[in-house]
Amino acid sequence: MSINHSVNVLIVDDYKTMLRIIRNLLKQIEFDNVDEATDGTDALAKLRAGNYGLVISDWNMVPMTGLELLQEVRRDPKLKTLPFIMITAESKAENVVSAKQAGVSNYIVKPFNAETLKGKIEKVLGNA
Amino acid sequence: MLEVSDLPKRLLDLGRHYPDAKSDIVAEVVVSILSSMSGDLSSREAALLHEIGSLGQAVATTRLEIAALGVDDITVSYIPCANDELDAIVAHTASATESILEVCETLDALGSAMDGVAARQLQDATMKIYEACSFQDITGQRITKVVHTLKTIETTIARIVQTFAPVTGALEPVVRAPDVSLLNGPQLPATAMDQSDIDALLASFD
Repeated sequence: MSINHSVNVLIVDDYKTMLRIIRNLLKQIEFDNVDEATDGTDALAKLRAGNYGLVISDWNMVPMTGLELLQEVRRDPKLKTLPFIMITAESKAENVVSAKQAGVSNYIVKPFNAETLKGKIEKVLGNA
Repeated sequence: MLEVSDLPKRLLDLGRHYPDAKSDIVAEVVVSILSSMSGDLSSREAALLHEIGSLGQAVATTRLEIAALGVDDITVSYIPCANDELDAIVAHTASATESILEVCETLDALGSAMDGVAARQLQDATMKIYEACSFQDITGQRITKVVHTLKTIETTIARIVQTFAPVTGALEPVVRAPDVSLLNGPQLPATAMDQSDIDALLASFD
């Protein structure tokens, strides 16, 4: 599968450690254009101002959660088709269902490995 | 001779006399009324008096039990102490994880200057360390849940103690936003959905 690895990726998590881990894993699977946001509000501002091809977001954040961010992205005419992967510890079925209903592109449960991350990104960008 | 029909009047008089009446005063009133009662009572009145007596006894017993528990130790000392310990765990694991990631990034930089099998092995090893470091995020979320539980226990104890003081008004119920109510946090391994469960659930929508 041919994937554009130069795509701009926005990673969103309120744990600095997690941002660092995801950034390093993305680097190892050859995604180098990575930007970070520490909550949904920050992420939405960056998405509206920038040119991103993929969002990878946690769910459990304040003041705007990952689900609210996803809902805002899908409501925005400019962002509504943006691939959006939720990487989160929120693994109850109700969470997955809510994310799907809100238009999530894929869903990864923490803890995850690089192979899962790579597979989901390829699937999402391949379908984009 | 005091009759049962005098009870409301007597309680009102006492209420006027003791506007800040506490539960122990109420218990005293009950004992006082019971000890001064005599004459023929209907079975319904006798049952009512028995209930009042039991209630007074229950109040007194609960007060003794709460005193024996040392609730001040729990709310003033034990729970805040436990919260501090948990905060320290989060801070220490975060700091240790940062150190591990720094070393890992150094190894990565070294690996990128190398070629061949050794370089690939080094890259695989650092990838596994990055993956493992996500433990800090998961344990952090679990500890946050425990801290919330402790705070709930603290609030519950405060409510129990408060029932023995004059009521100043009902506590407002906590209203959570619909999305916030979905914040379940990490599940325990025995009950958690794994990635394949989630993939299957997502696929069921297609």
